Amino acid sequence: MLADWTYIGIFILVALFVPAIAITFAAILSPRVPGTLKQSAYECGMESVGKSWIQYKSQYYIFALVFLVFDVEIVFLYPFAIAYNQLTLFAVLEVILFLLILVAGLVYIWRKGELEWA
Amino acid sequence: MIIEWSVKALVIILTLTAGFAYTTLYERKLLARMQVRIGPNRAGPAGLLQPIADAVKLIFKEELIPAKADRFIFILAPIITVIPALIITAVVPWGRSITLFGREIPLYLADVNVGVLYIMAITSISVYGITLAGWSSNNKYATLGGVRATAQMISYELALGFAMIAPVMMASSMRMIDIVEGQKTMWYAVLQPVAFVIYFAASLAEINRAPFDMPEAEQELVAGYHTEYSSMKFATFFMAEYIKMIAIAMIGSSLFLGGYLGPFVDQVPILGPIYLAIKVVAWLFVTIWIRATLPRIRYDRLMQLGWKVLFPVALLNVLVTAIVVVLIG
Repeated sequence: MLADWTYIGIFILVALFVPAIAITFAAILSPRVPGTLKQSAYECGMESVGKSWIQYKSQYYIFALVFLVFDVEIVFLYPFAIAYNQLTLFAVLEVILFLLILVAGLVYIWRKGELEWA
Repeated sequence: MIIEWSVKALVIILTLTAGFAYTTLYERKLLARMQVRIGPNRAGPAGLLQPIADAVKLIFKEELIPAKADRFIFILAPIITVIPALIITAVVPWGRSITLFGREIPLYLADVNVGVLYIMAITSISVYGITLAGWSSNNKYATLGGVRATAQMISYELALGFAMIAPVMMASSMRMIDIVEGQKTMWYAVLQPVAFVIYFAASLAEINRAPFDMPEAEQELVAGYHTEYSSMKFATFFMAEYIKMIAIAMIGSSLFLGGYLGPFVDQVPILGPIYLAIKVVAWLFVTIWIRATLPRIRYDRLMQLGWKVLFPVALLNVLVTAIVVVLIG
């Protein structure tokens, strides 16, 4: 078991070489003629106005929060998915209750209108 | 032992890299045929050397880093994007085991008992690369593209996670090998059609492919999060996208289409990787076919599809599967 994770570690180390080699080769071989116009932000030829690190819709943040709640609950479902046919009926019903609480959360957000992209 | 596994890791990575190069050609050729064109056919016989020509061209292009960009994160972002795409395939089995030079060599890299969870975890990491790329470019298009991509990927990750629970429930194991072996009599795509369709749709959104390629909507965002990237760093993003395509196809084939299983695989285990490759090529064909057929959907519709259709249906599917399996036994 531990050996398998070692193999994954080796794999990650080998995988690191792919972008490393590609970017190093390009850094050695590519020409380098920097200029102020070249290095300005690309905005279809217009001069850029104001800052780029701007405020954007707060709804992205709400989606991120909702995602966080549900993603954690999905991770809780994985152990259940393995063991559910060895559990007693009571335990299975309990997990179904857990799922229904999840659904209630979804219904709440839905009714609040936060899923509407306005 | 270490050497054997290093060689195996190297073989997988080289296969994926070569696979990436030829997937780009495959896509261009197929799209061309579907649009009644011929496609690239100048470099080498039937255009087979086209990927090499592209690589050489990209290596010799000048690398531009915008003056206002956050240099460190700007360089780091493509690396963070491509690494998860590569290492996600570590748990996918290619076959059972073959005897080579008198030694038994298993045709998989790692046989971890939380394989599906590993896939979920690594998929989540690839969101960071795209967000950081968008943010560090200090370009309005890139920032917006990055934020959009993040919102889209996390939304569809939920549906993807629920869809991947279904085969885990059928096999009662998170080991990828158990899941594949559990499909000996019947593919899970047949037993779990809803989960299969949701997995397919959500995975398209997860890898930002058409019709969900909002982050790269040219008409409104130029090229989204990689607007400011050029030369090899752009190629690294490109590579990440195509390797993710291959990885998603490999995982999907293993979870739903029987992975390396096929006729005579019991007698001749070397057929395993061939069957897996055939399934992956067929999966990629459908992906490209969809790109040629469907127009890009609007961003609000995209979010609604994810949250109001795929996510509840996937949740219901898990519920129904649990109840049915417990009742039937």
